[in-house]
Amino acid sequence: MTPVSPPPESLHEFLENLKAAPRHIYETAFRSGKPATDRSRSTFIFGNVFLHLHSVRTHRWTLRWSTTMGLGIITTSAFLITLITGVMLMFYYKPFPEAAYDSMKDIHFVVPTGRFMRNIHRWAANVMVLAVILHMARAFFTASYRKPREYNWLIGLGLLVVTLGLSFTGYLLPWDQLAYWAITIGANIAQSPREVTDALGITQYFDPGGLQKLLLLGSDVVGPEALIRFYLLHVMILPLALAALMGVHFWRIRKDGGLARPADADKRLGPPPAGTCPIFTEAPQRTYHLAAVVRGKTPAVNNGPENTVPAMPHLFYAELGVFMLTVLICLALALVSDAPLKELANPNIPENPAKAPWYFLGLQELVSFSAFMGGIGVPAIVLLGLGLIPYLDRETEGTGEWFGGPGGWPLVRRSILLGLGSTLLVETLVIRFGWLREWFPTIPQLIITAVNPATILTTIYALYSLWLIRKYRSTRAGALGLFTCFLCGFLVLTIIGTYFRGPNWVFYWSPGDWPKH
Amino acid sequence: MSTAGPPPPSRLDPEPVPRRDILGLAAMFSAAAASFFALVGMLRMPKAAVLSSPSKRFKAILPDNLQAGEAFVPPGRSVALFRDGEGVYAISTVCTHLGCIIKPAQDGFECPCHGSRFTGDGSVKRGPAPRALPWLKVSHTGGNWIVDEGAPVPPGTKVQA
Repeated sequence: MTPVSPPPESLHEFLENLKAAPRHIYETAFRSGKPATDRSRSTFIFGNVFLHLHSVRTHRWTLRWSTTMGLGIITTSAFLITLITGVMLMFYYKPFPEAAYDSMKDIHFVVPTGRFMRNIHRWAANVMVLAVILHMARAFFTASYRKPREYNWLIGLGLLVVTLGLSFTGYLLPWDQLAYWAITIGANIAQSPREVTDALGITQYFDPGGLQKLLLLGSDVVGPEALIRFYLLHVMILPLALAALMGVHFWRIRKDGGLARPADADKRLGPPPAGTCPIFTEAPQRTYHLAAVVRGKTPAVNNGPENTVPAMPHLFYAELGVFMLTVLICLALALVSDAPLKELANPNIPENPAKAPWYFLGLQELVSFSAFMGGIGVPAIVLLGLGLIPYLDRETEGTGEWFGGPGGWPLVRRSILLGLGSTLLVETLVIRFGWLREWFPTIPQLIITAVNPATILTTIYALYSLWLIRKYRSTRAGALGLFTCFLCGFLVLTIIGTYFRGPNWVFYWSPGDWPKH
Repeated sequence: MSTAGPPPPSRLDPEPVPRRDILGLAAMFSAAAASFFALVGMLRMPKAAVLSSPSKRFKAILPDNLQAGEAFVPPGRSVALFRDGEGVYAISTVCTHLGCIIKPAQDGFECPCHGSRFTGDGSVKRGPAPRALPWLKVSHTGGNWIVDEGAPVPPGTKVQA
């Protein structure tokens, strides 16, 4: 036999490999196969770069609807929706003053699905802001910020600030009247430390307000420089910051031992319901050596680690469900309500009333008494207070439970009444009788900066909180009262700013009473 | 009685602060300091040195029939010009609260954004505005009125033609 032609086996092998290539590509991409056993359910997660931020097993307490209400996943889902629709909008958007407005008109009237994309983007952004606020309230009321989750609470605060920053920067981009005047007001709030430095007469030596406005706008008025800066922040700097912080936030959940739960969670849960993927199908052959990596005690031999179930399918199906629900909500809202687009920005005629997005209208209400205290002073105090909560409340009672801690729900109920009552009372008085300047036109500005509805309400809440700390001998009780009061204040002021303020920021019972012009 | 201090350290004892730690700390500190100053230097870039906004000085032609106390707002400008027996004067119409453009009204100005009210000479009557409206420099050259929005003057400064 002389080997003149290649042996027929190699050609045969080549064809076989070619035929098997699709199957092999699939198998090399998804090495663990179907998640059917404990082992393959685990490798399904830690063998996948995108999924492995999750732990492979989830405590059953985490999966209860009332533990999280899915708010974190709603926020994340809304962010993903804004990310995708935002990139789609970037195909047509041009960040230069009049061109920006024209491109918005194109997106609205000419671009296929353009208006729908913009509506989804805008609604998902609103859903994200609302969900992130509620998510923070959930983490607070279940005392989930406590040791060892203090740092993740701080990361969460950072995420709140970046989320609000994304909304604020996105507000300018349409370059219509609403955008232009809301950002003019916002930029002048950044400049409002001048309210204090002017009153002290030191602005020419020390002018942090002017510097903030200059850095934000790149000029002294809202113009092309401001638009390109807001665009850069909106599509690049803030999304990257948000993504980085989100990565840390999720990773820390694992490192901090999953979500917070009561000490007796296992007892209260009882035996797992039918249809749960079993705690463990086969007894593991050895102890889990997690002690060095994860906080908590090492699980015993032949026992599943605590009361956990495989994240695949239980956690993933829950997350997928929440994601689909978020998509559904955003699509439904986008179908029934169009994002507004007013006339082209006109620097000579302010929009009247010029209203910021709804979540800033509470601040705008406070700003209508003192720009510095309402726009910078009190928000800074609130952020500082929120950041300090986990470091001042070192208690353990009630962790992982709704309204946990001394006082509990009755305390929160009383705080709701006090928060709503005091805010409504102060607002009623200033709307009915005016404020210091109307009574004493020559009063020094520093007195108004120090004494106005923003500082009065903050003082009432703070004194109430100190009284609670003394009464219950517990920092947690004070924090519960303070947080509830601020939340109620935010709610009342936002509703007044949104529905009851008309032209010239005058109080009206309904928009139907606004003067025609 | 004995003045002997502590015994001389043995060569085998560890140094109180090992030399390598000092070097390592010094290296880390220099790296941190260099990064910090580089960052501060970079932050100079977004702080604009030249503002791109339009010129603050402009020429205005007053209507002949402008009554005393009646405001004339040149198109596209946020300045109100007045003429009375003592001369011509200009008051800024940018609200000192949050920068909205205020409207001249009967005996004063109104801000549409947060309801600040000003008297005819620019001082605050009510609302959140922290300061009076600035009076601006007006000059008369070659039959034209030149207004400079960037140059405040003391209130009450009126210019004769």
